[in-house]
Amino acid sequence: MAKRNGSGPATAESMASKQRDISVSEFFLKNRHLLGFDSPRRALLTAVKEAVDNSLDACEEGGILPEIAVELEQTAETRFRVTITDNGPGIVKNQIPKIFAKLLYGSKFHRLRMSRGQQGIGISAAGMYGQLTTGAATRILSRIKGAHTAHSMAVQIDTRQNKPAILSDTEQDWLPMFQPVNAEGQPEGEPVVSRHGTSVSIEMEAAYQRGRQSVDEFVKQCAIVNPHLSLHYRMTLLTKAESGKQKAEKGAAEVSTSAITPPPSTISVSYIRAIKLMPKIPDEILPHPHGVELGMLMQMLKDTESRTVRSALSSDFSRVSAQTALDICERAGIEPKTNPTRIAHQQSEALYKAIQGTKLMRPPTDCLSPIGEAQILAGLQKELKADFFTAVTREPAVYRGNPFQIEIGLAYARPQENEGLGNEEPVRVMRFANRVPLLYQGGACAMTKAVVGVNWKSYGLAQPKDALPLGPVVMLVHMASVWVPFTSESKDAIAGYGEIIDELTLGLQECGRRLSVFLHKRHHELEAARKRSYIEMYIPHLALGLKDILKLSDKEEDKVVTDLKRMLEKTHLDV
Amino acid sequence: MSKANKVPSAPEIISKKAAAQKIMAVAGEIHEDIVKKHRKPEMVFPIRSLQNVKYDVKRGHFEILGKTATRTLSYNTVKTFAQSMRLLATTKNDLLDKDDIAGKREVYYNSKSWGECRFDEQPESDTLLDDIEAMLAINREQLGYIPEERGGDVTGPLVVIDQDPGNGKDIRIDCTKLGTGAWSIPSRVEHLRFEAGKARFILAIETASLFQRLVHHRYYEKAHCILISMSGVPTRACRRFIRRLADDQKLPVLAFTDGDPYGYCNIYRTLKVGSGQAAHINRFFCVPQAHYLGVTPQDIADYELEDATHPLEEADVKRAKDALKNDPFIQHHKEWQDALNHMLKLGVRVEQQAFAKHGLNFVLDTYLPDKLKKNKFLP
Repeated sequence: MAKRNGSGPATAESMASKQRDISVSEFFLKNRHLLGFDSPRRALLTAVKEAVDNSLDACEEGGILPEIAVELEQTAETRFRVTITDNGPGIVKNQIPKIFAKLLYGSKFHRLRMSRGQQGIGISAAGMYGQLTTGAATRILSRIKGAHTAHSMAVQIDTRQNKPAILSDTEQDWLPMFQPVNAEGQPEGEPVVSRHGTSVSIEMEAAYQRGRQSVDEFVKQCAIVNPHLSLHYRMTLLTKAESGKQKAEKGAAEVSTSAITPPPSTISVSYIRAIKLMPKIPDEILPHPHGVELGMLMQMLKDTESRTVRSALSSDFSRVSAQTALDICERAGIEPKTNPTRIAHQQSEALYKAIQGTKLMRPPTDCLSPIGEAQILAGLQKELKADFFTAVTREPAVYRGNPFQIEIGLAYARPQENEGLGNEEPVRVMRFANRVPLLYQGGACAMTKAVVGVNWKSYGLAQPKDALPLGPVVMLVHMASVWVPFTSESKDAIAGYGEIIDELTLGLQECGRRLSVFLHKRHHELEAARKRSYIEMYIPHLALGLKDILKLSDKEEDKVVTDLKRMLEKTHLDV
Repeated sequence: MSKANKVPSAPEIISKKAAAQKIMAVAGEIHEDIVKKHRKPEMVFPIRSLQNVKYDVKRGHFEILGKTATRTLSYNTVKTFAQSMRLLATTKNDLLDKDDIAGKREVYYNSKSWGECRFDEQPESDTLLDDIEAMLAINREQLGYIPEERGGDVTGPLVVIDQDPGNGKDIRIDCTKLGTGAWSIPSRVEHLRFEAGKARFILAIETASLFQRLVHHRYYEKAHCILISMSGVPTRACRRFIRRLADDQKLPVLAFTDGDPYGYCNIYRTLKVGSGQAAHINRFFCVPQAHYLGVTPQDIADYELEDATHPLEEADVKRAKDALKNDPFIQHHKEWQDALNHMLKLGVRVEQQAFAKHGLNFVLDTYLPDKLKKNKFLP
């Protein structure tokens, strides 16, 4: 017998009383791992990443050479304040609350254009995470061109309604300022002051740790892949004494007795731009019919401003002419003049099949803005000490109706001058999607799989079976696309569509061939140098022997040495 | 056995000055190649192996053939070339010009002052010394290099007339008056003179222990022979000593070794006709008048030694087969081929000491007198 609680079985009415709307914000609260806030360490990186993405996108759209400051400041043992300042065009006052305190608000979701962010969920999610873990508000300073003051705002999200709540709103005299530092982390040169820009500051529960998945690595990779960017990074940890004091305040019994106070742990780096050329601003394109799912197709038919199916097809999609639209309608058995909003479910399925069965021109690809071979080289050379650099930008290609473009950079580094690189170490693969570094889930990413899939042995690198090749090599892999197919919303790994893997493989192989030429030449030179020093080591002994036997003069001895060197180098060293 | 063997001339005595001049000639040519003719210098050596010897029946030893190896200066040879020049310089300036001597191991250590040109292991310097000896066609003793190994021991009715190294006066050594010991053959024997009126033959013995037994029982008095212990393959000095003694006193030579391929093909063959390695100087370091007494494969049956044998080891079989295939001396003598094949068929070897089966002194009471009486030896 089942035991029943309360007043008996639930009725439809009692169940209905418990059913209600779930706001996106609430959903996020419970599923924050989907957006990259699953651990304190990762949350710190995600917040920086979202803010930097936004800053770069804004600067590039505004035609401004980006100058960005990233500051991490530990405020308590498990708390950081993250502040990102840019010299972008600034944000008008009305938009500030929505951008920073409303999920799924943005300019990027509805259009097909290559940009760093895609969903408009990132920065407000960071703010909400901060709010959730510390109760603190997101603070924004923003000054637009020509304004006399900057807006200063503190906002929070009303998580129930996904609405911004403004806590304070004042005008302030503020200008974004960037202080470059030298190799020792000491300020050097005049600070860069901009008349416009935005600064966002979020306090959150976070943890700082160095390594491959750290903010340090993220900003470095950003600098590599955006050689037109100047980025100033500053990270300050609490000193032992300070965090001890915090602890002591919490646990009253504890007494801090540390006699020596170590200096605060600080990192201060300036990555200065290597080129002043702005990336081309990508064009916006209409979706290509082959890249549209049935649900999306139905939504588009509902939303269209066109009066007939035929004109909806030809004006809302790319590569569909009036004639092609007619063909599709015929194939689907739909009257071309039907009102698109009236297309029934069954008909839309027929339409979907007809579209898939129709041959169409590939989508336009001039909407992509690759980094460019010269820029990749500049970025790599700026941050790596290597003997060989190469870069390949592939021609654009298409997967599922989405244009994309693959770029590969490769550096053969001097192991002793680059941390973590060595002849016996796996190569380092730096992955980027629309210029954004991807630091997590490398193993699940199509880019890593493509690197593993190439036979590097034929290019002169050792490679264990089904693994990354070994060697002091850094590979930069970039995919530019209007829609990057991530495997999850946290945007860590790229899905392995056949067309993408193929392009990756071709690009990697081209770099591999160039590496092979370099390694071959270098091997030859090393061999020649080794032989030369061997010959030069023994020739003087030969001459000395002759001198002793024949009582040669020093001059005659020297002549023997010179003549022999010339003779042997000619035959053995190809000189 | 005949006492009337043809006596080849003694090795050509080359004065130290002439040897030094030969070194200078070689070096001069190399120098000229480099600075005048602008071509890569070369060193030419006779090839030192069995492939490059023939068995000269008339002269009774291995004679070197004309095959030569040329070492041209290149990346691969530059180190050896440099070492050769430095070794030649040392030979001329330190040994020949200063009338000094050096052992092989001293040569190796001496090179330690040559920096990166030094020899890493002694076999390197030994090989190079052999090369130089062959290239100059002067045996290394005459260049001032002395062998490290002992030359062999002698007893019997023989007086050796040596010289005092200090004052050059004659010293007479009566080899019957050495008690239980024996006289050691020195590394240089060219200056020795002999008196051996009572001796009828020379018996060269492989092992020191059997030699000791014969000395102990003063076998040489009974058999009127000079006993020589070779201790394995006879050294150059030992071969030269036996040769000079045999030539000078017109004595036949008999060899008594273990009955195995090493005893036949290495010890006896080298004693009689010289080695493949040093073919360029064999004519001085060989004893063509030597004959083989035993132990032969036939002796195993004749003296009922079947249960005192050991199975041939893999190395023995290989040595025997190699000799049958490649050794010009064995190939010349049907008897030796038969003996080796006989041994391979039996699959056993027999040691000199095996006669102890019949009593400790069976070897000198029965075996040796018996064999000498039969007067039938292997060539």
